[in-house]
Amino acid sequence: MSKYYVNKFLFQVDRNPDYLKRYAEDPANFVATWEQSIGPRLNEVEASTVHSLSEAERKALVEHDFVALFEMGAHFFLNLTLFIGMYDEPFMKENGPLAFQREFAKKVGHWTGKDYPTVET
Amino acid sequence: MAELVATLASTHHPFYLRATTMPPEQQIPQAPEWKRKIEAYRETLSKAKPDILVMIGSDHFHQIFLDNCPQFLIGKAERYDATFWNEEREFGIPKYVLEGDIEMSRFMHRNLMDQGFDFAFSNELKIDHSIICPIITVRPDNDLPVVPIYTNIFAPPLPSPKRFYDLGCAIRKAIEAFPSNKRVACIGTGHLSLELGGPRQFMETGPDPVFDQQALEWFRSGNIDAVLAEVTHESMAQSGNATHGFLNFILMMGVSGRQPADYVDNLDLFHTMEAYVTWYPKAAAALEERAA
Repeated sequence: MSKYYVNKFLFQVDRNPDYLKRYAEDPANFVATWEQSIGPRLNEVEASTVHSLSEAERKALVEHDFVALFEMGAHFFLNLTLFIGMYDEPFMKENGPLAFQREFAKKVGHWTGKDYPTVET
Repeated sequence: MAELVATLASTHHPFYLRATTMPPEQQIPQAPEWKRKIEAYRETLSKAKPDILVMIGSDHFHQIFLDNCPQFLIGKAERYDATFWNEEREFGIPKYVLEGDIEMSRFMHRNLMDQGFDFAFSNELKIDHSIICPIITVRPDNDLPVVPIYTNIFAPPLPSPKRFYDLGCAIRKAIEAFPSNKRVACIGTGHLSLELGGPRQFMETGPDPVFDQQALEWFRSGNIDAVLAEVTHESMAQSGNATHGFLNFILMMGVSGRQPADYVDNLDLFHTMEAYVTWYPKAAAALEERAA
């Protein structure tokens, strides 16, 4: 398990329009590509051999499962902003401004009043 | 020596520009009041007639990530690009280029190291909405050079509230030791209670309105001792998972020098309370007396 590597995925996809589009349209394929050739890159020359996704992390990313990611301690800002990038517009068209953000809150509502999973890596 | 002519601490709401410039029929009901309050707040900076802005913000995983994560970082560059693609996408914030003041950056860096703050630095810093939002709100002409400083309010473990306060005191000393006749304003942004990516996000108010009112009272009284006695990382988490942005307000109370704020305004918006705070310098003797 690597909370850091999940965050690296969210960070890299959120900031890159091409990755974001591919992750929105075909998450299983994109997560596989990312694990193979994008995630390990340290720069144009160097690659890391250190991190990998667990089965549960891979599944959560493939299923766009922000509740599972929250519960694994993925960073709250990355976990929110990436999924806003994919779901804000369709939810807004259906149910008006902030509809996705409120749906997100509802889906993690069972954590109200509890200590959230730590985002420390 | 340079003169610290104003200290501003405010929230940085990334939707201000979009909310107040979209067609009036699409604006939220609070938009006109929000704009009036921002324009009034802007005046508190304009009347201090600054020449340079020392800007305190916090990168939101735009340039800085968990592979290399400084607690405190100073920009040392001739210019700074600003606004990342995902900020344009989500908030509609345009790109900017800010002039730097590399001489003052170099001086501040050395001076802060001498005061026991071993800053990381960047010669190629692209800044994000924590610093661009206050440019949009209080200096929209973007006509002054800046010295950007980033703090970590985001990736635990974070420095203590006391450390943020002490850094604010050190930043004030560094500004006042800068060999120049320039007028310097110090502007920092953060949050009151805030929840992002959790069950209390985007409610009708911020996640902890009681904390928000208390924070405004602390600014009015300048009671940093009460802040440091009551605010901990754990208490901030209880008030909302992103409330640690309040650490930058604590830092700004250090810059201001233990005094009641001269200007405190606020605005209740959906999901958060906005705060706009300004201090003007008092005679050094009076500050020493208050500290004693």
